[in-house]
Amino acid sequence: MKSKLFGTATIAALAFGLPAMAQTPIKIGFVSTFSGPQAAIGEDMRRSVELAKEHLGGKMGGRPFEIIYEDDQFKPDVGKQKSEKLVQQDKVNVIAGYIWSNVLLASLKTVTDEGDTILISSNAGPSQIAGELCNKNFFSTSWNNDQTPMAMGQYLQEKGVKSLYLMAGNYAAGKDMLAGVKRTFKGEIKGEDLTKWPDQLDFSAELAKVGTAKPDGIFIFYPGAHGVQFLQQYVQAGLKGKIPLYQVFSIDAITLPQQKELALGTLGAQEWVNDLPNEQNKKYVADFKKKHGVYPSYYGAQSYDSIMLIASAAEALKGDLSNKDKVRAEMKKANFKSLRGGFKYNTNQFPIQNFYIQEAVKDPEGMMTVKTIATAVKDGKDPYYEKCPMK
Amino acid sequence: MDYLLLQVLNGVQLGLLMFLLAAGLTLTFGIMDLVNLAHGSLYMMGAYIAWMLIGWTDSFVLGALLALPATFLLGIVVEAIVMRRLYVRDHLEQVLATFGLILFFNELVRVIWGPAGKSIAVPAFLNRTVEILPGVPYPAYRFAIIVVGALVAILLAWLVARTRIGMLIRAGASNRRMIGALGVNIELLFTLVFGLGAVFAGLAGLMAAPITSVKIGMGDDILILAFVIIVIGGIGSIKGAFVAAMVVGQIDIVGRAFLPDFLKTFLSASAASSAAPAISQVLIYIVMAGVLVWRPTGLFGQRT
Repeated sequence: MKSKLFGTATIAALAFGLPAMAQTPIKIGFVSTFSGPQAAIGEDMRRSVELAKEHLGGKMGGRPFEIIYEDDQFKPDVGKQKSEKLVQQDKVNVIAGYIWSNVLLASLKTVTDEGDTILISSNAGPSQIAGELCNKNFFSTSWNNDQTPMAMGQYLQEKGVKSLYLMAGNYAAGKDMLAGVKRTFKGEIKGEDLTKWPDQLDFSAELAKVGTAKPDGIFIFYPGAHGVQFLQQYVQAGLKGKIPLYQVFSIDAITLPQQKELALGTLGAQEWVNDLPNEQNKKYVADFKKKHGVYPSYYGAQSYDSIMLIASAAEALKGDLSNKDKVRAEMKKANFKSLRGGFKYNTNQFPIQNFYIQEAVKDPEGMMTVKTIATAVKDGKDPYYEKCPMK
Repeated sequence: MDYLLLQVLNGVQLGLLMFLLAAGLTLTFGIMDLVNLAHGSLYMMGAYIAWMLIGWTDSFVLGALLALPATFLLGIVVEAIVMRRLYVRDHLEQVLATFGLILFFNELVRVIWGPAGKSIAVPAFLNRTVEILPGVPYPAYRFAIIVVGALVAILLAWLVARTRIGMLIRAGASNRRMIGALGVNIELLFTLVFGLGAVFAGLAGLMAAPITSVKIGMGDDILILAFVIIVIGGIGSIKGAFVAAMVVGQIDIVGRAFLPDFLKTFLSASAASSAAPAISQVLIYIVMAGVLVWRPTGLFGQRT
């Protein structure tokens, strides 16, 4: 019975040809972390993708679209497996998402080369993909890992901070982040620790070293749950008030509900902040807050942008995504209203964009959030694009 | 010198947590001859139950105290339903069954509390530092872990060495069939020992929770270390588990605190900082291999 029905449907689809195709939905795969201690990040991204879908009225270029979410479980091997499934089994038009650089690096070839499918990174930006591994099928709506810490380092350099102690997780992104801050911060590096990633959440030994080294500041990269634990232990070790903390990706809308007042006054760098004064951002933040009662994070904003980037190409091509050369050419124009107020693509298909310094504060209702206090970098390019063979 | 003291304390704190986990494991392995891979699940359940109770009671201490009898009950139920059937089976079947139990508990937690991780805040009165020496601050919560861990270790030593139940435990560890023949209610003894092991694992889990957060599978990684500890210490020996846990705690800290600087003396800074975490992870296993070559039954193992 079932197969008969299916057969009828197939014949109908064949008989009607094009009109049926116009109504088949565009398929978008979305890989992120939806379980375990980092699930809050994936949830923020999913909410933003759903909001983008709502704002688009469920259609791109006249065609309905569907999102297939897959959970990478915070593991590179699982991420690769799920990406493979999306390409081969679901035959998606585009894959977006990816929080973690190591998951993205493991999944990249499967999607862009073996699957010849366009991949949009909504967060991870490993230096390899910005440089020699750059790929015509790869687009970023975030940044290259080095850039955000570069903005932070530049700000600290200008502020006259003399020495820093650096800490990050020992994986692709952690190494890029520390390399990034060292590109722009020229003061003394009093110490540097790459901690076991992701299983080390106890930083007692490292914090004791920081206390002894007495730097002017600590620079950290500990996203999500790691940032929550780090900040608590930094405060417990009695370092708050003695050695200021500077961070990237470690104090944000994901972690603040748990970090609360401990985070107050801490500075960080970011390419998107919830108070950026453009119309589309105001609408996004207001609608997100109304729906979920919390602030969105840059993870969410970048995911929203990923969907809008696909939509911009679909609009231009009237919903026909079959010619990949045309889709790539349209995407490269970045012809959409990004929540960070528009950006251009560099030759390696990473954005050329501003970076801001933000501070953890309480909003008028008493909710913890971050606000922009300075522009650190204008139209910043990543330091790897010249190594990319694409021109 | 102060720095060294801080790092030694960090090692002791880690070692005591590991000891709590390893104590239960070495007892069940030594006395009941049961390989219990699901011991890490009891560690996880302790943390989750404490998280739930702390939410209900709005007090860390009260929630933690209530979580202990709860994990004891859980241990007894698990023993009665599953473990009791495994004593007569061989080790391979025990490994299979208790591995199944790990999957069961991970899934159970997912169903009850959802896939996202939880975090337990350090209680306000411990969210500060204590001066262990004048001018040497140490996080109060970690100091509390050391105190509680040391008290439990002393309590356990007293229980095993000085009480009737301890006598039976020791007798059970050296010859199970004989104490059964002497008319001791072995079933009850096994149930009690398993429950006791569950309480220690749960206590370790809930004390570690404010540092490492509560998550599915949190016991799986640390269980491997607990096995390393009981192998180094000698299976069935509480004293061995204690000594080995202290050694492993110190090795871990040495690997994190001193190895990077040592490597920098002959490697480039970036190579040293990425090699150090990898080497320190391996260091513990090298020590285990060394101990096994020197003493195949572990430091305090009695069997030949």
